[in-house]
Amino acid sequence: MADPMRIRAQSKDGVAKVRVLMSHEMESGQRKDSSGKLIPAWHIMEVTAKLNDKPVFSAEWGPAVSKNPFLQFDVKGAKPGDKLTIEWVDNKGEKRTDTATVS
Amino acid sequence: MQTRREALQTTAAVATAIASVGLLPQAAHAAFDKAAFSAKSVADAVKAMGGSAMTESADVKIVGPDIAENGAVVPMAVSTTAAGAKKLLLLIEKNPSALVASFNVTADVVPNFATRAKMGQSSDVYAVAIMADGKALFAKKEVKVTLGGCGG
Repeated sequence: MADPMRIRAQSKDGVAKVRVLMSHEMESGQRKDSSGKLIPAWHIMEVTAKLNDKPVFSAEWGPAVSKNPFLQFDVKGAKPGDKLTIEWVDNKGEKRTDTATVS
Repeated sequence: MQTRREALQTTAAVATAIASVGLLPQAAHAAFDKAAFSAKSVADAVKAMGGSAMTESADVKIVGPDIAENGAVVPMAVSTTAAGAKKLLLLIEKNPSALVASFNVTADVVPNFATRAKMGQSSDVYAVAIMADGKALFAKKEVKVTLGGCGG
């Protein structure tokens, strides 16, 4: 199971700046191993976020996003104390969900 | 009185009509567009994402370093001030597949997204806003890379 995501969500004037650091290899599928075989692509495909259970953000990622992906976005209508849930799904079907409180 | 068959056919026809207008909720994983992420060129990826001819626009911004010391981790941000954008795409022209990420623009987020991407070599980096009418507005910036980020 991947390491937990580090999520920071700070609200100011009704908008929360969200910064997430995820733990994932994000293998591009371009690298070769020592025997010369291509290491298959393994990457987060979809990222979604919910503010208090309401979907507010979604994105699709390809293998070019860097290892241990960083993501920053701004959510409107967020107040301190709101719950922010981030979920990712990768191309092997693995997923990870983490929650943080908006400060 | 309608037979069950007729009722089902009507439902299917109505569902198709609604789906073609785009109102049916999508299945969660139908969202990952394999064709777009395998497209080699910027133009093909934009087309696969529903964009028509690309037009440069001051309403779209791509933010990135002039020189990236480490091609494995290049910070980039895409944003737009144009109203009616549906998606914001991040593309790296000279990568094996141009499309890096596609962010859905909803009423709940500011259309400004940042991440870090791998660049194989110095290249133009694009931010493309796909508008509701299919227009693709873009901005691009050259990012020089001193050490390529695709391994090998």
